[in-house]
Order: sequence, then structure tokens, then C-alpha cells
Amino acid sequence: MLKLVNVQSFYGKIQALKGINLELHEGEIVTLIGGNGAGKTTTLMSISGLVKPKFGEIIYRGQQIQTLNPDEIVKQGLVQVPEGRRIFPDFTILENLEMGAYLRNDKAGIKADMDYVFGLFPILKERIQQSAGTLSGGEQQMLAISRALMARPKLLLLDEPSLGLAPLIIKDIFNIIKQINKEHNTTIFLVEQNANQALQIADRAYVLENGEITLHDKASVLLNDESVKKAYLGMS
Amino acid sequence: MVENIKKSSIIAVWFIFLSFPLVVLRVDYIDKTIDYRWHNILWIGIGAFFISWVWRYFLKRKNESDKSSEGKNQGTSASTSRFQVQKIFEHKFALLGILIAAAIVPQFMSTYQTSIFITAMMYVVLGLGLNIVVGMAGLLDLGYVAFYAVGAYTYGLLNLHFGLGFWISIPIAGVLAASFGVLLGIPVLRLRGDYLAIVTLGFGEIVRLVLENWDVVTRGPSGIPGIPKPAFFGVKLGFAGNMTYLFYIILALVVIAMVATRRLQSSRIGRSWVALREDEIACQAMGIDTTKAKLAAFGLGAFWAGIIGVFFAAKSSFVSPMSFTFFESAIILSIVVLGGMGSVLGVILAAGILILLPEYLRFMADYRLLIFGALMVVMMVFKPGGLITNIRQQYTLPKRNSKEELAELHSSET
Repeated sequence: MLKLVNVQSFYGKIQALKGINLELHEGEIVTLIGGNGAGKTTTLMSISGLVKPKFGEIIYRGQQIQTLNPDEIVKQGLVQVPEGRRIFPDFTILENLEMGAYLRNDKAGIKADMDYVFGLFPILKERIQQSAGTLSGGEQQMLAISRALMARPKLLLLDEPSLGLAPLIIKDIFNIIKQINKEHNTTIFLVEQNANQALQIADRAYVLENGEITLHDKASVLLNDESVKKAYLGMS
Repeated sequence: MVENIKKSSIIAVWFIFLSFPLVVLRVDYIDKTIDYRWHNILWIGIGAFFISWVWRYFLKRKNESDKSSEGKNQGTSASTSRFQVQKIFEHKFALLGILIAAAIVPQFMSTYQTSIFITAMMYVVLGLGLNIVVGMAGLLDLGYVAFYAVGAYTYGLLNLHFGLGFWISIPIAGVLAASFGVLLGIPVLRLRGDYLAIVTLGFGEIVRLVLENWDVVTRGPSGIPGIPKPAFFGVKLGFAGNMTYLFYIILALVVIAMVATRRLQSSRIGRSWVALREDEIACQAMGIDTTKAKLAAFGLGAFWAGIIGVFFAAKSSFVSPMSFTFFESAIILSIVVLGGMGSVLGVILAAGILILLPEYLRFMADYRLLIFGALMVVMMVFKPGGLITNIRQQYTLPKRNSKEELAELHSSET
């Protein structure tokens, strides 16, 4: 479905990605794990068009998308939940969700999707008129995911949804990510530092170090891999 | 109590020190002597002492009321949002009242007063235009006066060379100013905050300097005299008649601009502007074309400035680069900020205060700008959100817990 071929991205003169190759298949959950500064977010932003790769190709359904603008990429169905949630704090929850459906015009579909996300996160429905800035961190993450779902993504790009959340809430959110994947057959690309949780819900995983993919295997295999255990799972 | 006396005393001493050269010393240039007017120190000291006392009292009261309202807001979001909708209706009545009053007043006012009110209303439209750029899209534009100048010179030059009239010049100037807005927008797309402010400030100055120095086309600093006022269906009105006519034209423009900005605010593009102000990256993640949104904001904002430029040229029947200094931009920006970013009624009120007040304070001669400045400071301390904080249109949700209400919600939006 999505294929990155030798993608290299730069910030000025600093090379953040040194030739990334990876592939996502329809209906999969694929996770990209790695430490701080490995280039996880840059990989994701290269896909969503916020960072333009200098070399390499990003192919989505047989079409090169690396030169498109972010809004055109969203139109293709690649929707990102940005790092640090980035909800609109002065907007109400309803308005945030409406912004998610910005590119859509099908009233009935939008309504159905809104009901769907309220089913996933009932707390959001209770607070529908509350301004989003007053939500807790976990609720804001729920809202960020819901907002992305309102764009009816074919491929959902999640950037560290566990960032700064309590372990219990992380578990909830990861379960719901899995649920979204199953119920809507939405392909999910999950960028995470929390390797343990991410590997548990993912089908396949890539390990990123210093802008390069160092490991790639089934998630269940990596979960038992000695070097991964040592480096990312805090076990020795 | 002792604490308060101490604080106020320190402030009084400080003010005495600051104002010493102004109020105590007087140099007699003829006798070459210096007068010391020591008694003035007393007045300054007493004045500063009491004013600082009153100031602190109000500040304390304000802080307390802020705290209590914060506490109230939690958990009662539904009731507050209903309250907000009610407030919008109140605003509508207020606006209608102002409109009716405005339509009648020129019949009772002197020409001088009509002229002042015309100026105030021009600034209302300018404020509404800048409000799109600064208030809604959050792009700090310090060179707004450039588009105003483009409008004024469009009419002046088209009239001079081709004899084009007022009405035909209005759309031409609007479109031309809007294109200038887009033109300015393109290079500053990637800038934000202070950097954007500096570049737009530079743009404003560039336009003024071009007008001043490109004599062949613009006639340079001497300006363009003798710009005609609009004729009333071919009838030449007298001086007073002209003023009244201009008054009604600008009143109509104010109403049109108000309705237009109100509609814009609740439209798709208006929403995307507000979202843009809040978080640009999130906007891109939602699939909003931020380039288009920003350029639209610059263009539409400049459009109103262009139209008012034409009106200004017609009213003063003379344009020169002197009318388009940074001071004008600053005044318009103050109107937007003082009125409350993004608020339509706020802009009207602020334009009224900022334009009418200095006029009516003329009897205080030298002190009027001092009072004006003091008032601005007081405003910003006690109402930092502006006179009228903007309320985005919201939809209330009754406390029922069913799916129908969501259905209603959606149908009501169409």
C-alpha cells in the first residue's frame, strides 16, 4: 500500500534520514520503534509531506507522493495524528472533530463517523461543548485520534500516541487503535518509543537507529529478540 | 495598610522624579534664569499617591473576579455555551439600535461632526478588514496602511488620467488592493509572529516611499489634488449635502463589511483561519491548504482597505503620501486589539473610542494625547482580551443523551 524507497530527509545540512526503506500492506499495523532522535517523527513527517525528502521515493498505491503538499496527501487518505496531539485548544470538541472532517462534504457520512468515534470514546461525547484545552492529556490524545478518524483515513499515521500518558490510559488507547484497525480495516503506521506496547499490538515492526532501519521483522519475533529486549524493552 | 502606603509613597516619589524636569523647571530664555516651581511637586506627589492606590484596588478586584469566574466555569460548560448564544442575540439588538441611531443623526449634526463620524466609520471598516488578517488568521500585519494607500491612489490616478468616477473605482481599487495583499502574502507565507510583523512593516514603508519618490506617476510628495466627490445621481450637492451623502455611503459600507465578516467568520474558510491561528501543523494534518488560507486572509483583508482608500480620496479630495504613515497602521491595529481580536462589535466600539475620543478631547488641548495614552494602558491592563471578547458561533446541545440530537446538530449546520 505504501512503500518508502531510499528516503533521505535533511534539516538544513543535518541528515535525519539516511535512506529509509519500508513497506506497509493494506490492513496491517506496522510500528516503527527507536530511541530519541532516531528519526521516527521525521519518517512520519516525510510521509505526510510536512518534511520534503531530498532523495528517494514514497509510493502510495503505485503513485509517487513525495512531492505533494500536506493537504493533497490528506486528500489521498493518509492522515496523521501529530506528535504531542496538537488539538485546537480554543475549539470545542465538536469543532475539533469538524475540523477533522474539513475536506469532506458528505453530511451523512460525517455524522456516522462522529457517532463511531463517540462509540470509541464516550467521554468525548459527554464533553462535546467543552473547549479542548480543558481536557486531560489522555482525553486530548483520544480527541486527536478521533479528529484524524473524521477524515476517514485509509492509512492512519500515529506519532507517539503514548507520549506523557499514564500506563493504564496507554493500554486503553492501544486497544482502541487495534479496534480501529479491525473494524475499519484501516492500515496503521505507529511510531512509538514505548516499544513494548507497540510490539504487542503490531503485526510487523521496524527498528530505527540514527536515521537507518537496523532491524525488521514480525512484531512477535522482535518482542523476543535479545538485542531489542536490551535496547528498547529495558530487559537484559 | 502600611504596605499600601509604602508602595504608593514609592510610586509617588518615582513620579516626582520622572516629571521633575517637566513640571518644576522652567527656563526663562530671555532673562537666562531658571524658575523652580516647587509647589508642583506637591500636586504630582499627591496625585500619584492616590491614583496608584485606586489602581491597585481595581487590579485586586479584577484578579479576584477572574479567579471566581474560573472556578464557576468548570463543569458547567453546557450552561455557559447557552449563555453565549444569548449574548450573540443581545449583540444583534445592540447593532440594530446603533444602526437606526446612525441613520438619523446626520440630520441633527453639524457638518464638522458628520465629518468626524465619517472618519470613525472609515476606521470601522478598516478595522474589520485588518480583523480578518490579525484577529482571525492571527497574522500580525503592521503594513496594512499600504493597501489603504493603494486604494486611495487607484481612485486618484484613474480619475486624473482617465476621468473614472467614484463608483467604478471602488471595485477596481478593491481588487487591486486584494492583489497587492496576495502579492505581499506570497513572500511572507513562511513567516510568523515578530518576523511577519517586521516584513509587513517594511512593506508598508516601501509603498509609502514609492508613492513619495516616483514623481512621474504619483506626483510625489505634492500629492493629487481636486479628486471629485461622488455625485448624487448626477446632481451636484453642496458642501454640507456632500458630507451627508458620504455619511450614508460609509454607513452602507460599514453594514456590508459587518455582514460580510460575520458570514466569513462562520464559513469554512473562516474556520480554517481560526484553526490556522491556533496551530498551523495541526491544520496541515487536517488537510487544510495553509498557503491558500493565508493568501485568502491577506487578500480579503486588503480588499476592504482598498475600498476605504477610494472613499478616503473622495472625502478629502486630496491624496498624498503623508496620509499613509505607519501611524495609520498602528491606529488600525489598536482598533483591532482594543476591540478584541476577531470581534465585530468590538471593532466598532474601539473605532468609536479611538477616533472620536481624541476629537472630543480637543478642548483639553495639550493633554488629550496624554489622556488617550493613559486610557489605552488602563484598557490593556483591565481588559486584555479587548472591549468585547469574540464569541465564535456555537450550537447548543440540550442535556439529552440520544443520537437524535446529534442528527439535529448536523442538520442545523447546513
